[in-house]
Parts: sequence; structure tokens; C-alpha cells
Amino acid sequence: MSEKMSKTETGNTMLEVRDIKRDYELSGGLFKPKKIIHAVKGVSFKLERGKTLAIVGESGCGKSTLARMITFIDEPTAGDLLIDGKKVDTRPGHLTHEMRQKVQIVFQNPYGSLNPRQKIGDVLGEPLAINTDMPAEERRHRANEMLKKVGLGPEHYNRYPHMFSGGQRQRIAIARALMMNPKLLVLDEPVSALDLSVQAQVLNLLADLQDEFNLTYVFISHDLSVVRYIADEVMVMYFGEAVEYGTRDEVFSNPKHDYTQTLFAATPRADVETIRARVARKKAATAA
Amino acid sequence: MALLQIDNLTVEFETATGWFRAVDGVSMSVEKGEVLAIVGESGSGKSVAMLAVMGLLPWTAKITADRMLFEGRDIQGISPTDRRELIGKDIAMIFQEPIASLNPCFTVGFQIEEVLRIHLGLDKKARRERAIELFRQVGLPNPEERLGSFPHQMSGGQCQRVMIAIAIACNPKLLIADEPTTALDVTIQKQILDLIMALQAKNGMGLIMITHDMGVVAETADRVVVQYKGRKMEEADVLSLFENPKSNYTKALLAALPENATGDRLTTVSAFFDGNPEPAPEAHA
Repeated sequence: MSEKMSKTETGNTMLEVRDIKRDYELSGGLFKPKKIIHAVKGVSFKLERGKTLAIVGESGCGKSTLARMITFIDEPTAGDLLIDGKKVDTRPGHLTHEMRQKVQIVFQNPYGSLNPRQKIGDVLGEPLAINTDMPAEERRHRANEMLKKVGLGPEHYNRYPHMFSGGQRQRIAIARALMMNPKLLVLDEPVSALDLSVQAQVLNLLADLQDEFNLTYVFISHDLSVVRYIADEVMVMYFGEAVEYGTRDEVFSNPKHDYTQTLFAATPRADVETIRARVARKKAATAA
Repeated sequence: MALLQIDNLTVEFETATGWFRAVDGVSMSVEKGEVLAIVGESGSGKSVAMLAVMGLLPWTAKITADRMLFEGRDIQGISPTDRRELIGKDIAMIFQEPIASLNPCFTVGFQIEEVLRIHLGLDKKARRERAIELFRQVGLPNPEERLGSFPHQMSGGQCQRVMIAIAIACNPKLLIADEPTTALDVTIQKQILDLIMALQAKNGMGLIMITHDMGVVAETADRVVVQYKGRKMEEADVLSLFENPKSNYTKALLAALPENATGDRLTTVSAFFDGNPEPAPEAHA
């Protein structure tokens, strides 16, 4: 009964971040004092189950540091992290297996994030082998199931990463992240290394998987057209601070902060009207 | 006379399974002062075709073409000495990875002055003055101090500005930009594209913009060549390409843009080909 109570109390919030901070210390030289870099300066947000939060910003704005803290790779300097309504003890050695299972990450570069000497079957089976005492036969079965889920087949089980294209590798990285049945998936620029046509396939796959497993996504990207397509909520980061945070429609229809407006203005437009205007401008300039 | 004219260019590489055709019978031309965009996915041969023009492919590559003319001059059978005089002076190229394409062992000042010394034969004082002027032109702050910087001391956007300064140092007639902004942030991309386009308009260069980003095409090109698997799918001026694409492949590419999504799903290129004929190369006129 009490468990039920707490469930309703936390409501439908999957991830909550309260005033989280991360500082990095640069060691000084003989005559140089130590320098502290404030990578993330107090960010807060709440994310509902089954929703997608997109984090946008330029390189060095702290968006990947934030992702590393949510996935427990980096320890926050200050602030609280609540997953599934439970406060996470992020000190090294204090993390529970259960927490680690709930949160998984997919990295940007599918060429760098897979071990070139490991077969795909072993890539997918490894999380199970480490975290559970599942027999090998069962692990193999689960890996094959997951391959099918992400649009690959059992024939890929014994192949090595170099035998796959970039889009297929990103599917494998997603499959590996899903092996532990996570609730929250952090996607660090998952499609920015992919071609347009492959990007569309991977985005469709992510949407399908979200529906099937009721996954919550934290989607990090610098591509606003992708963000507009996939996100429910959008957060814009600039120099370690969240300068804009709201639902997708709020942010896109009425950007408040200067940086967000700059970002929107800088994004190339591919609609016919803009091209027509540009071609006309150029014609006028050459005629003059 | 076209600035650069290529007829029926084919580039092949020998692999374990036989000759692989990276570029298959591609023809294109660029006029003086024109911006041509070559768009395609990775592996479509868009960079390889331009590397063949620059003579930067390894000797193992087999390059054949009916014609390859720069200002009416044959650049296919050109001697290495003549090519060295042409490349970097009349034809210049900007590459994708700005930090990787500068030499990490030398200051950026040395690297830009090298171009001025070899191609223009300027003396030390004139070289320094011209280098400062070029750095100012590409919008690098404190150009005098910047000359003494090494590439690792600068950001990606700054390195790309240095690359552009080196490329335009000798007022080239043709500039080839191979994905010049792919490695950069959106806001920096905008600055670099604006810079390239301003320089192009000012100097009246021919510009070939190689890219996979339809947004970049829309913002820069006069004319567009769409490549797929080494073959030319379509060539059109930029407005008709976006307004009324002829080739199936171009239609599929435009449909895959997230901003053109209808409903919850994106149209993928392969889904587009279901029920449609496989993309066929443009018929030769």
C-alpha cells in the first residue's frame, strides 16, 4: 500500500535534476594557479516517463557533461539527481546495480564506441554476462531477439563491427544499450555522424522503440531540424547554463533568449521561399 | 569558355574483389563567378571527383576522362611541375577537418607565408603584410599575434578561417570547398558560409561546394549536381531542384529531411524506392 502511495506521489516523473553542477579543475603549473572550469552551472529540469527532452547547444556548452552526470560516468560537484522518484547516491561505489540498469547511453560516434575485436553477438551479450547470471544459451537468444528489434538479423550475430555501415553500427549501439531493459536512454548526438537517408531510418527506429518499451529519452543534438522533429521538450544550453527550457512549441515559436534566437537564425533553411528570396537578392546584386 | 569543364570522368580503385568504380561517368562544368554545389551521401564519389581534379588521388587510382579542362587548358595529362604551379594558385581547396589539414609542427603564419613565397615570390616584409591582411579579411582577431600561433592553440572555427585565408592567398580563380562546415557548430557554420560567400562575390571566383547538407545547398548554390553511388542523378539550378526535383533520388533526399516530415514518421530513402524505380542516372545529352 505504502509503495503504491509513493508511486502516485512521484507521479509520472522519470528523471528529475535539481540545480546540478559540475566543476573541472585544471592543475596549474609551477607559477600558474589552479583554474576551475564550471562546465555545468546549476541546471534543473523534470522529465516525464515516455517523453523526449532535447538538449541543444554548441560544443563546449556542457551538454555532454550533463549527459555524463545523468549516466553516472561523472560525479556531480553539487545538486541532486532523482531517477524514478529515487534520489541517486552518485558517490563512487554507492551506485546500485538497479540504477545502472535503468540508465543507458548511446554515443555519437558508432565507429569509436564498438570494440573492433569483439563480435556483435558478444557486444550485445556482454552487459548480460556482467550484470546477470543468465546462462549463455539464454544470452544468445536475447541478443538475437534484440538484433531483430533494431532491424538487423541473426546472420549478423557472428560479424565484427568493421563489417557494418555507420547506420548499422548505430543500431548495434542502440541494441546494446537496450539489452538491460533500461527506462531512461541518453542519446549523445546519435545521428550527427550519419547521412541524411540513414539518419531518417535511425530516428524512425528510436521512435518505434520508445513506443514499444515506453522509454524516456534525453536527446543531445546540435541539429535543430532533428530536435524539432523528435523532442517533446527542449532545453538550450549556453556556457553551462540552461538559457531556455520549455515545450517544443514554446521554444520554437517564441524563443526568448538572445542565444536561442542566434541559433535559429544560423540554422540553414531548405524551403523554397527562402531560396527564391536568396536567388532574387543575388540577381539584384549582380545587375546593380 | 567554362572555368572548369569535366566530361565523362571515371575514377576506379583496385580492391581485393576487383576494380571499384568510385566515380562513374560524371560530367560537370563551372563558370566564372558561379557557385556549384555537389551533394550526395558518403560514398557517392563527390569528394573523389574533385580530388581527381586537384591531382590529389594516390597513384593506384585509375582516372579516365574524355576531357578535363581548366580555362581551356588540359589538366589531365599535365606534368607534376606544371600542376604544382596551378594548384594552390589558380585552383585552391578547403578541406573538411580544419585542424587536421594544418601542419601541427609549424605556426599558421609560416604556413600561409609558404604559399605566398612559393606562388607569388614575395619578400619577407611583403609576405608578412599580406598574411596580416588576409587574416583580417577572414575575420581573425589580432592578426599580428595570430601569425605566431600553432593550430592546436586555436579553435576549429579559427583554424577553418586560417585554411580559407591560405586558400584565397593567391586570389584563386576556382575554390573547391569540401564540406567546409561539417565539423563546426551551427552558429560558426553560418559565419564561415557567410565569409566564403562574401569572398566569392567580391573576387568573382568560381566555387564548388561539396556537401551532404541540403540546408547548406539551399543557402549557397546557384546550380546543384546530385550524386549517388558515383553517378550523377540530376543537375539543376537550385530553385528548380527544391521546387520540382526530377530524379527519384533527389525526391527521396528531400523527403528524408526532418523538417519535411509528415506525421510521425520520416520517409527513408529505401522506403521511397519501394514501388518506385531504382534511381537512374541522368541521361547524357
